[in-house]
Formats: sequence, structure tokens, C-alpha cells
Amino acid sequence: MIKNNARRLFLLIFFLGPAVIVYTIFSVYPLLATMSLSTFTADQSGVRHFVGLDNYILLVIDKDWRDPFWNAFLNNIWFFIIHMLVQNPIGIAIAGLLSLPRLKFRATYRTLIFTPTMLSVVIIGFSWNLILSPLWGISEGFLKFLGLGSLFQPWLGLESSALITIGLISVWQFVGIPLMLIYAALLNVPSELVDAARIDGLSHLRIFFSVKLPLIAPTIGLVSILTFVGNFNAFDLVYSIKGALAGPNFSTDLLGTFFYRTFFGNQLQLGSPTMGATIATAMFLIILIGVCVYLYGIQRRLERHSF
Amino acid sequence: MKSKFSTGLIHIFLISYSLIAVLPILLVVMNSFKVRKAIFGTPLAFPTAETFSLVGYVKVLGNANIGFYFFNSMSVTLISMAAVLLFGAMAAWALAEYRFKGSDVLALFLSIGIMVPIRLGSISILNMMVSFDLVNTRLALILVYTAQGLPMAIFILSEFISQIPRDLRDAARCDGVPEIAIFFQVIAPLLRPAIATVAVFTVVPIWNDLWFPLLLAPGNDTQTITLGIQQFIGQYITDWNSVLAALSVAIIPVLLIYLIFSRQLISGLTAGAVK
Repeated sequence: MIKNNARRLFLLIFFLGPAVIVYTIFSVYPLLATMSLSTFTADQSGVRHFVGLDNYILLVIDKDWRDPFWNAFLNNIWFFIIHMLVQNPIGIAIAGLLSLPRLKFRATYRTLIFTPTMLSVVIIGFSWNLILSPLWGISEGFLKFLGLGSLFQPWLGLESSALITIGLISVWQFVGIPLMLIYAALLNVPSELVDAARIDGLSHLRIFFSVKLPLIAPTIGLVSILTFVGNFNAFDLVYSIKGALAGPNFSTDLLGTFFYRTFFGNQLQLGSPTMGATIATAMFLIILIGVCVYLYGIQRRLERHSF
Repeated sequence: MKSKFSTGLIHIFLISYSLIAVLPILLVVMNSFKVRKAIFGTPLAFPTAETFSLVGYVKVLGNANIGFYFFNSMSVTLISMAAVLLFGAMAAWALAEYRFKGSDVLALFLSIGIMVPIRLGSISILNMMVSFDLVNTRLALILVYTAQGLPMAIFILSEFISQIPRDLRDAARCDGVPEIAIFFQVIAPLLRPAIATVAVFTVVPIWNDLWFPLLLAPGNDTQTITLGIQQFIGQYITDWNSVLAALSVAIIPVLLIYLIFSRQLISGLTAGAVK
């Protein structure tokens, strides 16, 4: 329809220009600049020298860097596993129940269960900090009411349980995401298939596991990769509950808090932009590996059903 | 027919989980309206005539900055949202409508940001803002949030645009309507239902973000509500009335907006969700 080439070029620049420019300058360029910064080091006077991959070697070999890096990395893997084992199954189960035919109060349940997802991680972190605090005693009182008072511990304060507790708080907040995505996928399962299974005498439970679940496998894959990216980028919750030092004794340190501490420095060390950039690039590579595993390993094998 | 028994079990499970989701929030909001003694003495009770107190709120709202933090969050979020929607819709339209050499590559380039968090480039973003002299300005946050929200917005809006019947634009073209007017007068109004979906995926994270305010705009004049509350609580950590009131001040407006728009938000989520 558009005959004039110059006019066409003008239109493309007009429509695409703003988005491409803002996105390139403030998202893509900083990422590349960060990667490039990770190959430099600064001497005492602040002059930067090119050192190739030395910072990465430092990160995985030098004791002062290796230990906190692996600690944060392993904690992050635990954090991810907690989400995969608790958040996503609960999300799938609730989505399954909510998509049952003729369920009453469906919209009310959906609205209530999605509420925490809308709120700020910082606000959620502080709120749970108070609720689990032995000072307030609400959790202890609640457990006593259930006859389980002896089970109470200051979970957020103990090295053995702080990470799991923060993981579960995060699960509690974000269960709404898998819930909604899977609920939407379940609504798209053709009713003829479900009706046919009903006529064959299958129970709702069997239909869910044998008919619906295989059909929504691609959505479960998508939920998993979103969980992965979100978890390996997490920062706010640990920071708001535990501060940048991710205590006790770094037991709640994730890559995000490790990155922040390294870049800005803290009571224990000076900030280092170059090592911060190295950690950010390492996080990028970890996320990239996850996304590639998803795109080539998982998503390709799952047949996409379009209705 | 399902048996009454199993239906009952399903409702018990869903009610229990709904309570787990809402009670902790309710607990904080409820206790923020009580005197200190009642917060500790009867934390699970609603405030009564005797235990009711606004002492925490007086302190929080008396802190003149809170209103300012709200204004900062509002202006940053609304301007970012407008930019994300406008630039996102324009880009999505061009990618869908004008096939050109490299359009697939450009679409792929723009979609990298869906999977790769913009936070990883924070160090260079900070350096850049320092050299542009934009540190501690709302503009710095708006630029970063626009860049952060665009990839997802373009992805969602493309799905919506592909569902608009071709006849509409062809008819307009036959009438000699210029291309730019076709977008703004014919296409853009049709994208209104997509706003809710874009809002959930891009605007809510902007309002709730702590990272970039901490990094780019920690100054007192530019703090957002999330950062402001975080710092306020750090200062008054032992004053429970103030802490609970500060948390409620952050929770209540979001909760009200969410409850008013929850239908649209959730139907937007389920309609636009990736199938």
C-alpha cells in the first residue's frame, strides 16, 4: 500500500524509533557495558586495566570470592527448588480446582489468592518478619492454639531454617503467577475432550491428570522458566528481611544480594564495580543456560497444542 | 454429578488457602489501628472502641515526606506506564503491519528483555545516569522502567493487534486516511482491553520495585513509597505502631485499587496469557 520508500522509512522510524532507542540505551547497552567492565580491574588509584577473564578465575578459584559465590549460588538453587516443589504444585492444584465446572465463588477465591502477588515484596517481607517474630508472638500463639506450641522457633533467625523460611514467604507471595497462567491454560482445554472423557466414565481427578495436565505441559514449562529467571534475579525479599548481609552468617545470601554487596561494599569490604560486573555477568550466563535448556531441551519436546 | 461431600472438601481447601493468603495482610492492617498494648495483648482481635488508636498513622502521616513519596511513586509509575503503552503499541503495530527486511531479527532483539532481567546491567546504568547527571531524578527511574517494561508490553500488544480484523485498516486506507492517523484513531482505541494485562505484567512491578530507587534515586526528594517505607521502618523498627501503620499505608491503596479492578486485571491476565 505504501509506495514511496522514503515515506515508508519515515513510518518505520516513527513507530519503532522510540521503543528501540529507549530499550537499546537503557537495557541492552548497559548489559553489554557490564560484560565488558567485567574484564577490567581497578588498581589503588582507580585506573582500570584490561585483565581478560581474570575476574572470573578469581571468582571460582580465589578463596575470598569462591566461598561466598558458591554459597550464594547453592542457596539460590535451594531457593529455586523450594519454588518448584512447593509454589508450582500448589499453583497447579488450585488452578485445577478453580477450573472445575459449576464451582461457586470461583472469582472470590481467585481474587483473594492473587492478593499477595500484587503487593510489594518489601512490604511482604516486613510483614512476615513481624508475624514470625518471637517478640510479637503471633506465630507462637497460633501454634499453641493448634497444640503445637513446642514446635515454635525463631525460624528467620536460625541459620538452619532462615533460607527455607524466606523461600516459603516468597512462595506464599508469588503462587498467584503459576496459578493464573495455568488457570488460563486450563480454560483453553477444549470442552469436547473433557466431555468425551466424562462419558467414558473418568473421574474429575483422572481427567485432570490424564487429559488436562498433558495438554497444558507447555504452560508448565513456561511457568518453570519464569520461576527460574525470577529466582536467580531475586533480591528484594532477602534485602528487606535480612539486609544486604543476608544473615545469619550469610545463610540467606542469594546471587542478587551477593551482587549488591560486592558492587556497593559493606562493613566487611569496599565496593568493587568490576567484580560486581563479573558477578552480574555470571548471573546472566546462569539465566542464559536456564533459558537455553528450556528452549531447546524442554519446550521443543513438548508438542504445542493449539485449539 | 460430583458428590456433595467432595464439593464440600474442595470448598474447605479453597477457603483455607484463601485465608492463608489474606490473613497475614489483614493481621498487619488490623493491628495498625490498635494501641500498643492491644497489639501485643490481643493481636488476633479486631480493634474495639477501647483499643482503637491512630497513633501510628499520626506519626507516619505527620512525617511530611510520606505524601511526597506517594507523589514520586505515582508520577514515576504513571509516566512509565504511559510511555510503555504508547511506545510498546507503536512498535508492536509496526512489527505486525509493515513487514520489512530484518523485522524478525528486530522482534527477537526486542524480546530478549522478557527473559533477561534489566537489573544485571545496573552498574552501567548507574554509571550512565551519573554521566548524564540524572542520579536522584525521577526521569532516571522513568527511563529505566520504560526500557524494562517495553519487551513484555510489545509481546502482549502484538497478540492483541494480530486479533484485530484486517478489514478495519484496509477500509481506512481506501478512504485515504494517513497511516499515522490509522494507528492513533483506529487501532489504538481497540487496544484498551490490553491495558489491564500490560498493567499486571509491567506496571505493578514498577510500583513495587525497590532495586532501582535504591540505586538511582535514594535521595530524600526522589524516594518512592516502597523505598521510603523501607527506610522509615529501618528508623522506627522498635516502634510497632509506626511500623504497622507504615506497612498499612503502603498496602491499603494498592489493595483498594486491586479490589476495584480485580475483575479486569484477572480477566486481562487470563485472556492475554501466553497459551
